[in-house]
Amino acid sequence: MALHTSAGARTVAGLAGSGSGRQPVIAVAGLTKRYGEVEAVRGIDFEVARGETFGFLGPNGAGKTTTIKILCTLANATSGTASVAGHDAARERDAVRRNIGLVFQDTTLDTYLTAEQNLRFHAELYGVPKAAVAPRMRQVMDMVGLWDRKDHLVSTFSGGMQRRLEIARGLLHAPHVLFLDEPTVGLDPQTRSSIWQYINELKGREDITIFLTTHYMDEAENCDRIAIIDHGKIVAIDTPEALKAGIGMDRVQIHTADDPAAIAALAEKFGIEAVTREGAVTFSVAAGEQFVPRLFAEFSVPIRSVSVSRPSLDDVFMSYTGTTIRDAEASGTDAMRQMAARFRGRR
Amino acid sequence: MATEVAIAPEADALAEQIRVAVPEGGYRHDLRAVSIVWRRELIRFRTDRLRAVTALIQPILFLFVLGTGLSSLAGGSMPPGVSFKTFIYPGVLAMSVLFTAIFSAASIVWDREFGFLREILVAPVSRASIVIGKCLGGATIATFQGIVFLILAGFADVPYNPVLIVTLIGELLLLSFTLTAFGVMMAARIKQFQAFMALTQMLVMPLFFLSGALYPLTGLPAWLSVLTRIDPLTYVVGPMRHAVFSHLSIAAPFDQRLAPGITWGGWLVPLWLSIGIVAIMGLGMMAVAIAEFRKTE
Repeated sequence: MALHTSAGARTVAGLAGSGSGRQPVIAVAGLTKRYGEVEAVRGIDFEVARGETFGFLGPNGAGKTTTIKILCTLANATSGTASVAGHDAARERDAVRRNIGLVFQDTTLDTYLTAEQNLRFHAELYGVPKAAVAPRMRQVMDMVGLWDRKDHLVSTFSGGMQRRLEIARGLLHAPHVLFLDEPTVGLDPQTRSSIWQYINELKGREDITIFLTTHYMDEAENCDRIAIIDHGKIVAIDTPEALKAGIGMDRVQIHTADDPAAIAALAEKFGIEAVTREGAVTFSVAAGEQFVPRLFAEFSVPIRSVSVSRPSLDDVFMSYTGTTIRDAEASGTDAMRQMAARFRGRR
Repeated sequence: MATEVAIAPEADALAEQIRVAVPEGGYRHDLRAVSIVWRRELIRFRTDRLRAVTALIQPILFLFVLGTGLSSLAGGSMPPGVSFKTFIYPGVLAMSVLFTAIFSAASIVWDREFGFLREILVAPVSRASIVIGKCLGGATIATFQGIVFLILAGFADVPYNPVLIVTLIGELLLLSFTLTAFGVMMAARIKQFQAFMALTQMLVMPLFFLSGALYPLTGLPAWLSVLTRIDPLTYVVGPMRHAVFSHLSIAAPFDQRLAPGITWGGWLVPLWLSIGIVAIMGLGMMAVAIAEFRKTE
């Protein structure tokens, strides 16, 4: 993806790979969470290395937010353990809280305060030393391009600007881990990509591990590794590239002079089962680009055009869960959330 | 594990090394958290002038419309020179802080889902400091509200005596604190905004009507007499009325009948105990609220 800060991400990945027995920043083992009858998280295990951008990808209601809540000490696990920045999320809450920054799905900014006042309150809450507050505030606000708006009321900010300010606030106390719960939900595509630009840039500037949740496939591409979560379970966990490669098959479509003959020839020469789809002979093979030259060399039926397409994360998701990612019905909370958004808009 | 973090030095100019260390907690840190929550409450109140104005409408209606309207009926039982308005003034003054105090806690329900409370719940501060800050904040703004109503004392022929005013402000502060603690305790349990509003609305009027704000506590039928003694608001309205009446020159028999003090089966509850009951209730409810906030889902 174009937005990927290639250099930064590579060094980070290298660092994570070389990990010579280094403690993972987040370690989760056998984690479950039950709300009455509902099992929101059903036994998950994963580790996140220092400096990684790790994404939880799944539909609404898959258990993403519940997992974040447990990691951020806002909820207790029913069973299993979670440690963040070397501290147990259930027993050493304050130690975990000192070391994490959190950006919620819904804004938690005080809209009747200025951007700077919001950050000052936050600095005080975390006990950031007085001498460090002003320079650090400038640094994080510069990072999200809001320094020149510091004296403006947050109520005058657009949705994207509010989200950027929240990211700045989450970074203010220099946490080891930044949690982003659906950082771009409810934003327009342009704003979404600009938020990602800021997130990727900050990785080059801060020694930070990012844990995020999303149900946008294209955003998951920005992560070093992703875990696909569905119905409270992790069904796959790897780099986006490896996950896509894991499907193993590229999709090849050819336009030929004689489709039935081509299908017969494919079966006979290569043992490939092909079908006609969208007016083209379509089939799946491993390493599609390497297959195309063989096709031209050995095929008797004239070929007019060829297209090879890589599997997308959508295909990956589909292959692991059997469904496409779907949005849950608007729940009661969603309705109230919209009400809250309108309420804020009015002020 | 060290909590000190240095920003990567190789980053560009604006990322010159700023060392940010988040210190471990301690009572100073918690005091700071109390102060943040308290200050935020004041800022909110300042930006919401409409709320301050609307909160005054009801007590003004009670004092001037109901008070004036009923004067002709009640006039006979009033001593010369004292109007029915003067009699109900302490009770209506208590009412002026009632709504503001309890509803200042409503923001907790709202904030839990969407706002500041979520941000502060993940901060390394104790739950107690959040609740204490909230109770003090609500108490402060409700007392402000009461002070505005106190300015109207002259219209009810209540003298602007400095000692009286200081006494009343003190009592208002205590009342506001206890009411806010009550609201916070309710808000800690109730997660739905509508449910919170409905329940508190339902409780506020009985609290007011049973407090003896509009009638003397003497000569009541037994059932009402018992209910008035159960209502915590009674233990503030009583001392407030006592304060007002002790600054009026009224013949003793009238004073006996109109501001008799609170009795338990003939025993006169002393002022300190009356005030003490309210303070202990406030602290108790705040403790319950803190315990509720310490629970994690």
